[in-house]
Amino acid sequence: MSGAGSEGRTWDAAVIGGGIMGAATAIRLGLGGLRVVLLEAGALGMGASGVNAGTLSLQIKRARLMPYALRGHALWRAAGERVGFHQTGGLTLAFTEQEAAVLTERMTERREAGAPIELIAPGRVRALAPRLSDRVLLASWCPVDGYANSSLTGSYYRAALREAGVELREGRRVERVVREARGYRLEAPGASLSARRLVLAAGAWSGRLAAGLGCPLPVHARVNTVSVTTRMPRLVDCIVGHATGLLTLKQSDNGSVLIGGGWQGRGDPDRGPGAVVAESLLTNLRLAQYALPDLARARLLRSWTGYEAHVPDFYPLAGALPGLEEAYVLACVRGGYTIGPYIGRLLGDLILGREPELPLFDPGRFAAPETRSRREEEERVDGDERPIG
Amino acid sequence: MSEYDLAVVGGGPAGAAAAIEAAGLGLRCLLFDEGSDAGGQVYRPPAFAAATGGPDAAAGAALRAGLAGSAVERAFGHRVWFAGPAAEAAGFELQAVGPEGNRRVTARALLAAAGTSERVFPCAGWTLPGVTGLAAATILLKSQKVLPGRRVVVAGCGPLLPLVAVGILELGGAVAALVDLNGPADWLAALPGLAARPDLALRGLGWLARLRRAGVPLYTRWGVRAVSGREAVEAVEIGPVEADWRPSRQRPALRIEADALCLGHGLLPASELTRLLGAAHAYRPEAGGWLPVLDEAGRTSLPLLYAAGDGARLLGAGAAPLAGRLAALAAARDLGRLSEAAFAQRAAPLRRRLRRAARFGTAMARLCTPRPGLVEGLGADAVACRCEELTRGELGAAIAAGAGSLAALKAATRCGMGPCGGRLCNATAHALLAAAGRSAAEIGAPSARPPLRPVPLAALTGSFDYADVPIRELSPR
Repeated sequence: MSGAGSEGRTWDAAVIGGGIMGAATAIRLGLGGLRVVLLEAGALGMGASGVNAGTLSLQIKRARLMPYALRGHALWRAAGERVGFHQTGGLTLAFTEQEAAVLTERMTERREAGAPIELIAPGRVRALAPRLSDRVLLASWCPVDGYANSSLTGSYYRAALREAGVELREGRRVERVVREARGYRLEAPGASLSARRLVLAAGAWSGRLAAGLGCPLPVHARVNTVSVTTRMPRLVDCIVGHATGLLTLKQSDNGSVLIGGGWQGRGDPDRGPGAVVAESLLTNLRLAQYALPDLARARLLRSWTGYEAHVPDFYPLAGALPGLEEAYVLACVRGGYTIGPYIGRLLGDLILGREPELPLFDPGRFAAPETRSRREEEERVDGDERPIG
Repeated sequence: MSEYDLAVVGGGPAGAAAAIEAAGLGLRCLLFDEGSDAGGQVYRPPAFAAATGGPDAAAGAALRAGLAGSAVERAFGHRVWFAGPAAEAAGFELQAVGPEGNRRVTARALLAAAGTSERVFPCAGWTLPGVTGLAAATILLKSQKVLPGRRVVVAGCGPLLPLVAVGILELGGAVAALVDLNGPADWLAALPGLAARPDLALRGLGWLARLRRAGVPLYTRWGVRAVSGREAVEAVEIGPVEADWRPSRQRPALRIEADALCLGHGLLPASELTRLLGAAHAYRPEAGGWLPVLDEAGRTSLPLLYAAGDGARLLGAGAAPLAGRLAALAAARDLGRLSEAAFAQRAAPLRRRLRRAARFGTAMARLCTPRPGLVEGLGADAVACRCEELTRGELGAAIAAGAGSLAALKAATRCGMGPCGGRLCNATAHALLAAAGRSAAEIGAPSARPPLRPVPLAALTGSFDYADVPIRELSPR
């Protein structure tokens, strides 16, 4: 560990943010031969990467992200027990005609994008998960869906970073990044360092860091709520979702049921941790109990929130920061828990000068119009996107 | 507008006195407690008529009578599970599950007076049936008139040791040994504090005389090494300890046949409510651990949020009502219902009495301040987190692999994620991290999340139709 003050050496790359995105990128760079330092404001893997509901579902991935999700899914499977990976299959439920129509449209699109999803009738739902609500009108089933234990993100990546030779520094909140003649200078309380290459992977905080470099990005944060019950007898084997995406539910090995779905708490990343909003939580619980009526017999043990960053088009920021040399960003990946390990590798490859296996998502699409190319302009918006919550 | 001027969470001596004081000043005051009546753990309402008598029972009855004669609105049988800023009005929103389901109230000011839970540091075999906490044993003995066992070892530290031992004798049980981590020198150091309450000091001396008459073997600066038995406690191994409460290597241990062990290491302030709301906290081991930072009148770092009683810092039952009344005065002052002059005039005598009363409680709490040897001497196989069945060895391995805070240790091992919410294992986890060289700032306060205690999900969701679930927007495709 370094002491206070400035360091003499210049790192090949500095990554800001010790979540899945930052860690996966740093590992790729370290294995690629660079001397890499990873700076994390808190503790490794304890932000959104460590407090999300751990759902690994292809059914809640947008069609354009499906190739990334399929490959990310394979990486979690390979990590296996170290991340608490479980392939359980997943059901997504529709209770009304309108929800059934939405489900049919979306799942058809996602199957065409490569996910092995099929639409199934209520009878098949009862066979797969007999204790689910008998009010299901239509459902979709994806046999490879499952979950991992997001609490293990930190310990998993701690070991992987060590193996890749990446220097990990926790409790280092980078307050300012300054451009230097050849690279960047990162200033954190009690320590500052220089690096030739810079990667911003600070989740909801990435926007502010980029703005400090004269490159404003429209990063917003959602405050997602997750809850867990006390241990219950076996109620359901597969993961369960809702046609709207507003519910995720799974029963872990120890019997506790994890409930999510992106119901909104309250908070501002710049003002500290978010907080649960009771009204929002109660709605989340009602939807969960409607899907799995036996939850009425459970006790709610704990609810918490995590910040999920996004940009207006809900596609990732993954690539070079416009107008800067050797500065990159990787954030705002919707479904980032599934996709993160893979897209981090892609960004690592881009930085190492290799051709990424799949295209990245140019942050330049949000730069001022005069610096944006015509092609980027065309790619920018999918007409039907709208923020939720 | 908020429904109440002041909501008080906890109807023990601090909360009840605060509520009465606040109502007397004209504040609309609501008092929550999980129990069937006020009194808290120390003045617990008797479970049945025969379970009465003694000075604590009289104090409890007086407290309940005072409350009955006040304008305080009481919500007993309510478990407060949520607190946050109210969306529609200045002040706080509280949600509590009670006999009629979930209830939401708003209050301009909030007083946390949630009391304590018991701190028990582990030893080998402590999860065997027949091992009870010292505080849990006082409830069994006082309120239920039930013996923890027929032949009991009473061990740990603090004033509950002689109280429990005498209680066992009075119900006709046998005390196989009283095992105190503190030695005569530690008790001597507490003498100046004891002098502040000669009545309680005399009561303690009476207990000791009673134990001596009954021939109870007394082991001071000794601790429990292990509990053994096939299905339940059959024997307790005890031995001398060093000054830091580490098992001493030189001298032999004793094996005592017993069918129960009452074990406790002081009390743990229940500061979840103030932590949930984000008030500033500091680590003060001699006063109970992670505690809200308070001014002299019980104001936290957040406006209109107050804390009093043993849940705020361990000052004892004598100090609690004084701290509660001071907080009520502060709330009335901060709500503009009391002039500065009137506040100062009423607060000054309370502060004087509080300082005096606190000397006794502080001395007692100091006898229970954990010392590092308690966990450093613990074997790798001993269970440290009961809910998740984690051993000291497993926690130690995670700490060695880099988990440097309570939060990181929890994420890596699940320590504290079970139904107890960390109340049973956080003190042990903190001590293990401290033993590995981590500072209190690095270790951090345990995170508080709603619900403050587990609540039945059905009580929260109530009766509803699918159409009532507001599914307004779809997530992006």
